Amino acid sequence: METNNSVTVKEVTPKRKKQSIFKNQRVTRGIVDAFLYILLIVLCLIWIFPIVWLIANALRGESTGPVRYLFPKVLTLDNFKNLFTDTEMPYLKWFINTLIVATATSIISTIIVLLTSYAFSRLNFKGRKGLMKLLMILGMFPGFMSMIAIYYILKAVGLLPNENTPIVPVSNYLISLILVGTSGAAMGYLVSKGYFDTISKSIDEAAEIDGANKAQIFWHIILPLSKPIVIYTALTAFMGPWGDYIFVATITRGRTEAWTIARGLYDMINGGQEKLGRYFTLFCAGSVLISIPITALFVFMQRYYVSGVTGGAVKG
Amino acid sequence: MQTNGMSQKQKSKFSLFFIAIGMWFVNLFKAVGAYFTKIGKGIARFFVNVYKQFITGGWRTKISHFIMGLGHALLGRPIKAIIYLLMQVGYFIFMFIPGGGIYWLGKLRTLGTVAVEYTSECTMIPPVPIEECDPDFITYSKPIYKDNSMLIMLFGVATLIVTIGFLIFYFVQVKGVYQAEKTYVAAKKAYLNSGKEEKFVNPLPTFKEELNSLLNSRFHFTTMAIPTITITTFTVLPLIFMILLAFTNFNKHNGPPNKLFTWVGLQTFQNLFSSQGTNSFGQALGKIVQWTFIWAFFATFTNYIFGMILAMIINRRSIKAKKVWRTIFVISIAVPQFVTLLLMSQLLKDNGPLNFTLMQWGLIDKQIKFLTDPILAKVTVILVNIWVGVPYTMLITSGILMNIPNDLYESARIDGAGPVRQFMKITLPYMLFVTGPYLITQFIGNINNFNVIFFLTQGGPPTGHLGQATYGHTDILVTWLYALTVGGDKQEYAIGSALGIFIFLISATITLILYSRTSAAQQEGDFA
Repeated sequence: METNNSVTVKEVTPKRKKQSIFKNQRVTRGIVDAFLYILLIVLCLIWIFPIVWLIANALRGESTGPVRYLFPKVLTLDNFKNLFTDTEMPYLKWFINTLIVATATSIISTIIVLLTSYAFSRLNFKGRKGLMKLLMILGMFPGFMSMIAIYYILKAVGLLPNENTPIVPVSNYLISLILVGTSGAAMGYLVSKGYFDTISKSIDEAAEIDGANKAQIFWHIILPLSKPIVIYTALTAFMGPWGDYIFVATITRGRTEAWTIARGLYDMINGGQEKLGRYFTLFCAGSVLISIPITALFVFMQRYYVSGVTGGAVKG
Repeated sequence: MQTNGMSQKQKSKFSLFFIAIGMWFVNLFKAVGAYFTKIGKGIARFFVNVYKQFITGGWRTKISHFIMGLGHALLGRPIKAIIYLLMQVGYFIFMFIPGGGIYWLGKLRTLGTVAVEYTSECTMIPPVPIEECDPDFITYSKPIYKDNSMLIMLFGVATLIVTIGFLIFYFVQVKGVYQAEKTYVAAKKAYLNSGKEEKFVNPLPTFKEELNSLLNSRFHFTTMAIPTITITTFTVLPLIFMILLAFTNFNKHNGPPNKLFTWVGLQTFQNLFSSQGTNSFGQALGKIVQWTFIWAFFATFTNYIFGMILAMIINRRSIKAKKVWRTIFVISIAVPQFVTLLLMSQLLKDNGPLNFTLMQWGLIDKQIKFLTDPILAKVTVILVNIWVGVPYTMLITSGILMNIPNDLYESARIDGAGPVRQFMKITLPYMLFVTGPYLITQFIGNINNFNVIFFLTQGGPPTGHLGQATYGHTDILVTWLYALTVGGDKQEYAIGSALGIFIFLISATITLILYSRTSAAQQEGDFA
């Protein structure tokens, strides 16, 4: 009886305490909320500002170079028009190059990544663990350490200009970029393997009893169940070439027609004072143009992005 | 009394910590040792097996040691036999044609003896044979390139890889014939003993059956074929090549095709790590390693903490229009990273628009040297990295934050824990537990985060450190590697390779240490 009593007393005390400060708490909560709203607005301004500045510069009419003040005095769409007419900076060509490389890279590396992760997740074969570790270790070498060697391999094969063939068609450069972009794809198996691991193995077993072979299980069961990760893999691979600079710079060197968007836009900013003065607003316009499709893709991909990353990170 | 007890407790905690670290290293060495003995044992077992197969195998197996596929042909599987035979013929052609594998392997020892020879040419018009040419008209200008150390090394390594690949197929073939012969002979014996009338049925799988097995029991061969080939040619081969390059003296002064480079042993590493002598890189390396770690630490944790706080603010129950807030931050991701970084580099210039506007508003009276002051540049780089990275972290963490069981918070609130306590005792441990592996990859990724530094400052501002080992204040290891090799005219390829190996060792060690810790924690069972 006595113990029972003491328990009830203990339960009551915190409740009373809570009631007494209830009003206070409400007020503090309101203050905190107001503060948080202000903070959020300030943060949003900080995060939005460079993008607004980018668009403003893309629309600036009075000078093509960087200026000291923030916002334009004359608004124009000429910069967008000039993107497609300027001969020294063939933006359209770069755009098409990037599109070709990105599409091919995306398709090929998605296939490679999915097959590899399926093998690592579902097939029990000798050396599976060793191979997984090996791929992880290989991934830890800085990527462009091997760039020089890759450049010479492509040269020796004849894809890039060498002593015998000093000039090669643009398509050779693009093929080289696709090869380089997809070659290491299998090393990115971790995220999709994590996803495959979450799919119940009993589904495979049931299919196997029904007479399906492993390839059929992959195509007809695992793939349809992993739509988010397929889209995630494809889109990340697709977005890679739009931002890749170093490999393109090393492989294409001075061959302007073979450049991709990133290499070209980089040249407008860091190609020297003279170029910067002529092309800064063009850079902004070009950036706005490529941001539009990427934004669309990103908004589409957002939900897959979260599930993809966490799925891989947690289960990896 | 009490304080004394506390300090003693702390001391023992300290010593425990060091003992733990020591034990960890002891265990690491033990594990590495065990790993190598395992590999050694495996190799020994492999050769014993090869020997056994040769001795105990039948005559078909013995023949297959010399002519690949012959055993399969004799066992009634001709298509398989032809494939193996073609493999062997192809390999021998590859090795023995002039300019083939043997040629490159032979040169690998010295990396070439003569780089270039100049031929004499007669410039008399009309063209006259060199013997009848007037000496005044003979020029020695036309170069004929002979040995190219770079190509010798590349093709030498490629030959070695092809040979290893061939040997794998060779031994697989021998083993296959050995086992097939055993099955075949046993089946034949049983057939003869049974004295049945009907024809003998070959027990070995037909070619069609073998092809089918590639889609089922051996599906992993199919799935791994392309990745193996591409990774071998574009990752493994270049890596071996670059690792070997670290043991040569390849730099601007002896690069092909006009000059030769050669093996120098550990000289390159000595140059990289020592801080004495004219062509040593040690001083620069020390500073850069320091900054690389500071950068990686701050870049990772500022992003993580701020991203999480932002996600928590937006996730707060009383905050309205969550989607709008989230979308605004996500928009900044959608602009490609290099664009925003290049843009920031323009915005933050000494006489750039931000400085000018702040001065116009009267907020400052002197330019802020965002990117040209040694210390401020470092701060700027980290701050811009927050701008770049926080939206990502917000996206990733907000999903996980919502998964934290709400009753944890409720019981904490009943126990009287305030918001800070709740964050420190519930949110943070939970998040660290779930996103541990993600954090590790982020940390490694930041050690190798080329883009932010390169596009923003290109390593600058310069330190005034002269010679080949120049570096900038914000240079991290990878941007320095880039500046030393492909980006610029320093062309210190050997040093670059040694540096690459060094970066790899750092990344690998950190990954090993952190992963072994987190996985140990995760094995203890799920959180909460």
